[in-house]
Formats: sequence, structure tokens, C-alpha cells
Amino acid sequence: MTKLMLLKDAVAQFVKDGDCVYAAGFTHLIPFAAGHEIIRQGRKNLTLARATPDLIYDQLVAAGCASKVIFSYMGNPGVGSLRIVRSAIEKGQMEWEEYSHFGMITRLQAGASGLPFLPMNQTAATDLEAANPLIKRVTDPYSGREVITVPALNPDVAIVHVQRADKEGNAHLWGIVGEQKEVAFAAKKVILTAEEIVDESVIRSDPNRTMIPGFIVSAVCHVPHAAHPSYAQGYYDRDNEFYLAWDKISSEPALTKQYLDEWVYGVADREEYWQKLGKQEQLKVPEMLSAPVNYGKY
Amino acid sequence: MEYSSAELMIVNAARLLKDGDVVFVGVGQPNLACNLAKRTHAPNLVMIYEAGVIGAEPQRLPLSIGDPTLVSGALSVVSMYDIFANYLQRGNVDVGFLGGAQIDRFGNINATLVGTDYVHPKVRLPGSGGAQEIAAWANRCYIMTPHQKRRFPEKCDFRTSAGYLDGAGGREKASLRGKGPIGVVTDIGFMEPDENGELMLTALHPGKTAEMAKENTGWPLKVAAELRSTEPVTEHELKILREELDPTGIYLKSAG
Repeated sequence: MTKLMLLKDAVAQFVKDGDCVYAAGFTHLIPFAAGHEIIRQGRKNLTLARATPDLIYDQLVAAGCASKVIFSYMGNPGVGSLRIVRSAIEKGQMEWEEYSHFGMITRLQAGASGLPFLPMNQTAATDLEAANPLIKRVTDPYSGREVITVPALNPDVAIVHVQRADKEGNAHLWGIVGEQKEVAFAAKKVILTAEEIVDESVIRSDPNRTMIPGFIVSAVCHVPHAAHPSYAQGYYDRDNEFYLAWDKISSEPALTKQYLDEWVYGVADREEYWQKLGKQEQLKVPEMLSAPVNYGKY
Repeated sequence: MEYSSAELMIVNAARLLKDGDVVFVGVGQPNLACNLAKRTHAPNLVMIYEAGVIGAEPQRLPLSIGDPTLVSGALSVVSMYDIFANYLQRGNVDVGFLGGAQIDRFGNINATLVGTDYVHPKVRLPGSGGAQEIAAWANRCYIMTPHQKRRFPEKCDFRTSAGYLDGAGGREKASLRGKGPIGVVTDIGFMEPDENGELMLTALHPGKTAEMAKENTGWPLKVAAELRSTEPVTEHELKILREELDPTGIYLKSAG
């Protein structure tokens, strides 16, 4: 059954005010296009979860879409501070919930596995445990030692950008695959955006690369360049100029508003954004193919 | 020979790595230190990045911890859960490099906030990321940071990552598998834990003095009876750093 739809329809149908949204990725395949669509549709009171909130969460907060953030490292990757989220926290304008990376990812792993919680070994850095009451301890029934536990995270919506998917949502990802698989299984609904929509036979030609099966996906949207200014391995490079520019844009509310007006509210969709950007050539990457594998014909 | 304090720290950090070490690399200066070690005395260094990349051989300077150049030509790419569980928690990482806004007398690190109230931070920092687990579970850790009083307070405002906690025995009590921060590289010299886990000055870079280190440390800094001198930075090391690894000086020129 095809799940292909326009991104604006997928956001309208599957992202509701007050939802916990996890827009996945560890600096790679960040779903900027979906984030912009959420801003255009004016969602409110979202809880934004991700181990590494970056520019798209800054933009969602600046646009007034979010009231809470759940994270383990918030920064402008490779540049510095994530100014808008940071400032909202410092001014007490926003709720937050904090973990270490492993804590955050373990929450997803628990959520993806249908478990209520998962244990982790102690780290002895107990200040975060003291600050976040959801981080608890239990006694290992086998050794008698204490281990740390974190509760499952089951976001209302996961948004995952992939290199290629078929129309049912069976998806191939490669390169850095931080937590995309875990969040897709943990979430109640999954919106995929894809650089390419391919025939099912392409997916079946390399089944080990399928990280997300279509039957857990709610919507598949064909959105090339959806990850800009982040990147899609093999498709286009990270736009480092923009990450540097955001440091300035995010430091002044007037500049942030101007950015949102021009690049989010001022364009209809990602296609218009990409044409306006005009960086097709600059962000191109030379090809480097993997050696083919032989699955064998049985 | 002229060099920046960043270059001095990177060269000295690189020399701490052994050939064959599996090292958890951070972006920026630790990345340069590891790549320098790999191109000099440690060609079999295995570089792991917390985004999930194992055995990276970056062909250009990575500009973030998840740069695509880390992936192309790497040995393996795995999920974040796998990297923290199978690699780090399981004990398959030899070395971790750490930094932070504050490093205290016992090598504990703060990367979370400045201020005393978690709920009302004076300055909110990025947070732990992987640092909490790296400090606990890598077999050995090194800290790289410029020697400044504000960076070395007696006690951290917030303990993001464990050093030697409140003194000797703290790590053992919590069953941490790693040895903790066995060396701190600054632009003045080296600090290493004494038998109580307190950081003491154990080496100086050429031209630096113990007085300089004491003045820039927030606790009464002990000085080792036999204070070593580090080997001078060589032209070969600087050439690799400046011509191959960071030709535009993004990380070499900064103070850290």
C-alpha cells in the first residue's frame, strides 16, 4: 500500500499541537524540510526530543512551536552554542529534560524494544541523576550492584530523512545512522522524507541496508535536499557556511525573524528553497562507490 | 621556533597516544592530535567518533563530529547505541579525550552549566554528550585545555563527568572500569593525579615555569619533586599540522 504523500499533508495529518516530536539524526540527514513545514503550519507546544538538538530546533523554538526540549548535547555542531534554545533555558522560558548521550539513546532503545526501561552501568557523575528525577537506580538482581535506569522514550512522531525509500516506506540509509532506526521503532508514528523514491526491487536488492521497514511508517514524502544545511551521505555536502552564519543570525531576534520570513514562511516548499539557495554545484560530492556484494540467487 | 599554544597542546597530546590504541576522538583539537599521532608514531591508531564511526581516515579536516569525511573509507559505521554499548561500555575503547568549561582539583569535569542552581543556570553549556560515559569507561582519559584559573576551579559547579570524584578510591567504589583522567595537557605543562587523585604539576613545556602554572590554577597546586620537561615541538610535527591537517588554521590558531 502506498504511503506516498506531500510533506505538507503528512505534517498536517500526523503532527499535532502538544506532540513529542523526535526529528532524528546525528549531524547527518537532519530533517530540516519537515521542521520548516511544521513552522509554516504553526504547531504549538511541541516537546522536541533529540540527543543533539541543532539548528532546526533553534528555528522551531524561535518560531514559537515548542515548549520543551529533551536532549543530551545542544550545540551548533562544529561551531558552538545553540543560542536560541540555550537562551530560552537560561531565561526560564522553556522546560527541559537532560541526559547523557548514552542515557538518551538507551531511552530510545527501550522504547524501540517495547521495554519500560533499560539499565546502564554507573558513571559516578551523579549531578545529572540528582537534577533529573527520571534517572533512577535499581539493584542488579544477579550481582547485587546498583545500575542506572532510564525510562523508555516513545515519541508521538519520529521524523527521519533517508537516502532512498520505496513508496511503502521501506528505507535504505547509509553513512552516520545515529539513532534513526531506534527512533523509528520507538515512535507511535513515523514520517519519512527521502532523497529518492525507488522501486521496491531496489530495496530488495540490498536488504541488509533496510533499516526501517515500511510497515512501521505512516507517511513517505519525496523531498530531495531535505537535509540542507546538513548533508546526505553521497548526495550533497554539509553547508558549513550556513552553520557559521547561523551563529550570527541566531544571536539577534531581528535577524532570526528575517531568516524565518525569507527562508521558511517565504517559500512554499523545499523545492522552492533549494532553487532560491542556488548551491547545487557548491555542495556536490564526487562519487565513491562501495564494492558490490553478492547475495546469491537461491 | 614559533608556535601557538593550541599547537603546543595538540603536539603534546598526540605523543600520549600509543600505536594500536583505540581512541574516542572529539572534533577540533583532539581530532588534530589523533590525526597527528597517526601520521607520526602511531600509524595503527584506530579512531572512533561518537557519531558511530570506527576506524575513520578523514581526508579533509572534519568540521563536526558527524562530518561525512569520517564515513568515507572508514572501517565500520554503527548506531549511537552500539558505539556507546558495544564499544565504550563493554570496554573496547583505550583512550578518551575530554575537555570542558571547568576541570577541578580531582579531575572532575563540568560541561553542563556555570552557576550553582541547575534550574536557573547563569550560563547554560551544551551538556554531557558522550563525555559522562567516556570519562567513566575508556581505559584511560586525557584532558586538553589552556591553563587558566577560571578553567581550573577548586570544585566544579556541576559534575558532568567523573574524574577522581572526592579523592582516591571514589572510582573503585562506583565500579568504574576506566582509570580516569591520567593526564591533563595544558599550554604550560602536564598535570597528573597524585595518590589521592589530586591533580599535580608533573611536567613543564620549554620556557614555562611552575609559578605560571600555580598562578593559573584555582587550588594550591602541588608540584612534583621531579618536574619533567616536555620535548620541544618539532618542525616535522608543525608541518603536518599546518600543511596537511588544518591548512586554514581553524583549530590551530585558536587558544582552545
